[in-house]
Amino acid sequence: MKMHRFLFVAAFAAAMAAGLLFGNFGSAKASGDLAFEHQEWTFNGIFGRFDRAALRRGHQVYQEVCSSCHGLSLVAYRNLMDIDFSEEEAKEIAAENEVEDGPNNEGEMFTRPAKLSDRFVAPFPNEQAARYSNNGAYPPDLSLMVKARKGGADYLYGVLTGYEDEAPEGVEMMDGMYFNHSFPGHQIAMPQPIYEDSVEYEDGTPATVAQMSKDVTTFLAWTAEPELEERKSLGIKVLIFVLLLTALLYAVKRRIWSKLH
Amino acid sequence: MATKAKAEKAATGEDGGSRRDFLILATSAVGATGAALAAWPLVDSMNPSADVLALSATEVDISPIEVGQAITIQWRGKPVFIRHRTADEIARAENTKLDELPDPQTDQDRVEKPQWLVLVGVCTHLGCIPLGQKVGEPRGDWGGWFCPCHGSHYDLSGRIRKGPAPKNLSVPPYTFLDDTMLRIG
Amino acid sequence: MLSPEKGIGKWIEDRLPVFSIARHSLIDYPTPRNLNYWWNFGSLAGITLVIMIVTGIVLAMQYTPHVDMAFNSVERIMRDVNYGWLLRYLHMNGGTMFFIVVYIHIFRGLYYGSYKAPREILWWLGIVILLLMMATAFMGYVLPWGQMSFWGTTVITNMFSAVPLVGEDIVTWLWGGFTVGNATLNRFFSLHYLLPFVIVGVVLMHIWALHTVKSNNPLGIDMKGPQDSIPFHPYYTVKDNFGLGVFFFVYLTIVFFFPNFFGEPDNYIPANPMATPPHIVPEWYFLPFYAILRAVPDKLGGVIAMFASILILFVLPWLDRARVRSARFRPIYKQFFWLFLVDCFVLGWVGANPPEGMFVTIGQVATIYYFAHFLILLPLLGMFEKTRPLPESIAASVTSAAVTSSKG
Repeated sequence: MKMHRFLFVAAFAAAMAAGLLFGNFGSAKASGDLAFEHQEWTFNGIFGRFDRAALRRGHQVYQEVCSSCHGLSLVAYRNLMDIDFSEEEAKEIAAENEVEDGPNNEGEMFTRPAKLSDRFVAPFPNEQAARYSNNGAYPPDLSLMVKARKGGADYLYGVLTGYEDEAPEGVEMMDGMYFNHSFPGHQIAMPQPIYEDSVEYEDGTPATVAQMSKDVTTFLAWTAEPELEERKSLGIKVLIFVLLLTALLYAVKRRIWSKLH
Repeated sequence: MATKAKAEKAATGEDGGSRRDFLILATSAVGATGAALAAWPLVDSMNPSADVLALSATEVDISPIEVGQAITIQWRGKPVFIRHRTADEIARAENTKLDELPDPQTDQDRVEKPQWLVLVGVCTHLGCIPLGQKVGEPRGDWGGWFCPCHGSHYDLSGRIRKGPAPKNLSVPPYTFLDDTMLRIG
Repeated sequence: MLSPEKGIGKWIEDRLPVFSIARHSLIDYPTPRNLNYWWNFGSLAGITLVIMIVTGIVLAMQYTPHVDMAFNSVERIMRDVNYGWLLRYLHMNGGTMFFIVVYIHIFRGLYYGSYKAPREILWWLGIVILLLMMATAFMGYVLPWGQMSFWGTTVITNMFSAVPLVGEDIVTWLWGGFTVGNATLNRFFSLHYLLPFVIVGVVLMHIWALHTVKSNNPLGIDMKGPQDSIPFHPYYTVKDNFGLGVFFFVYLTIVFFFPNFFGEPDNYIPANPMATPPHIVPEWYFLPFYAILRAVPDKLGGVIAMFASILILFVLPWLDRARVRSARFRPIYKQFFWLFLVDCFVLGWVGANPPEGMFVTIGQVATIYYFAHFLILLPLLGMFEKTRPLPESIAASVTSAAVTSSKG
């Protein structure tokens, strides 16, 4: 019996080790030379939740700073109600944007204020227009940004706070590029987006670069994983249940096998 | 499930103390509960999703509809008839005797404001769309709608009068946001 | 409960003997009494296959196989479909769990000599299942239509261009165009839906063959009589169910708390045919084979080596001529088994890293060792290894083990 249990544990240890080995080496290499630190995020850990006040401030930063270049095409205005915006607030935010609809009875396309069911209206009609307005660079959609980069929220925060006024000596900067110690290759086409007091927070929080970066990163972590809170709270319940069932099955197994030995 | 039931039988057949009985029964019950709960996400995923539900209410401006006119709009993928009834039409709908109706219902029960009749334009027989919305279309013997598929006649309140349809045209949930805006759903 | 002796049960049984078949193969099936927990992984693989098919069917109801819509339809599943995120994460990480379970199952077979006579066809069917799984997993990875989906497909399908003369034509045919595109996505979706059911068919044959030759066991000796076996039910049904509980704990921990651990962030960027990501890596379960592909400096040679590394398993029963099955009684083979396992991990590690510097050399050495294990070491061991004496019977061994453990 002892042998059996040992082998069993070993089997799963080996399986997990295989995953960790391959998984970790995969991620270690790409983020190797980048300088960004691990931050404390309220949404990390098994009980992780998004800080509602930070989400609200982060949404404000997105609206007032990011949204002039970056879209959020996978998020709908109705989703704001999931993070405690009231229906009226969400409707108001939506109605500030115009979307194309139609054709109407005369066959013409027309614009109307956005509704709750619409997705966030993109700043440019297409990629070519976006590149044309941005010196050839394409400001990517931010909906999944936190999931789509190694390092996730830490990386994004690192980039937002990683600008240097001048490139270190010996670094040759290309035209129209800015030095950022957290961006791969250290040369980024996006000029520093956030400065001290770029926004005036409704809740009176001092708008430092670090504060705004943290808030907008939290907001984008939510847009990337809107299911996070539901996932984690359901996960805890499910795992407790599975643990209980497995313990019962182990007891049954012991009883049934006991008369064989 | 079948194997679990047999496990009980097999276990009790031999030196089956009641403790083992209970243990196996409890484990089977917990396991069956887990399996049933695990099925729910699979089933629920086939229900309307959040983006579909977000389109389940439609707002429509009714100010351009003249007296005597009707428009058809789309709501949850189905046609909704909105008719601006004339005084004469209202009177005829209201004065109908209930014992003439296969599916008795007063006109007052079917409208919020008498001049506005709002109906789901799907025949209660087999789901065709009745005629009568456009000028020149047949409107049936009672001046409302006529379903061309199997010949059901509906009156000016959308009630079934003749033909195979069993029920009146259904009335969707709606509210008047103000004098000109109607919210359906 | 229906009974085959009376009423409706008897009526069915007389016409289609489902009861006796179920009884024969799920309840009475005589199983060696000494199987350890490594033998759980066969049934675990079967359950994982069912989970993949069930979650896959409901996901397919929401997915749109079109280059313009595939990425967003997956995100719609994640955001708008009820429990869509759960179903997708179950399916995505179910693939990972399937390979973990099957690889353990295979290495268990290697350790205890489960491929030896009379189990050669059972072993072959297993390899066919592995190949089908690889094809299915590869095509499934294309469906979200992210950057890794697109460029992984481009790289892997381009391997066929190494075929002399008709290589380019084969690749164009696979793509249904001049690049990976909508036609490719559609056919991969079609096959990704079809192949799991082919796998079910081969799995049934795998079980048929197993029940014909009976299970191997840790001692690697045959069952000689009823004292060596126990009925599958309730002994192994309950043991498998307990193993299933532990499996679910690990699987669901990943699904609920580390759902993207085995994934690549790049696949959350929509496919862009005009820009290749800096590091293209296949899913972790292909990494050892990817390393073998890159270890050979010749294009065609690499492709051949990679396919050969799996196909060589087909002739394994004839490369290893030792009569003793279990590594427990093969002191030298046992050491080479662990070396071989380490070699596979090394290959995986090399596969995850860019082919530069020391990784090239390590990859080549590990590839040579991989083939040497099968082509040189195993035949030599069959000739020269001195094996330990085998126990008289399974029952005798179990009894003496019980005595030892009660002493200890």
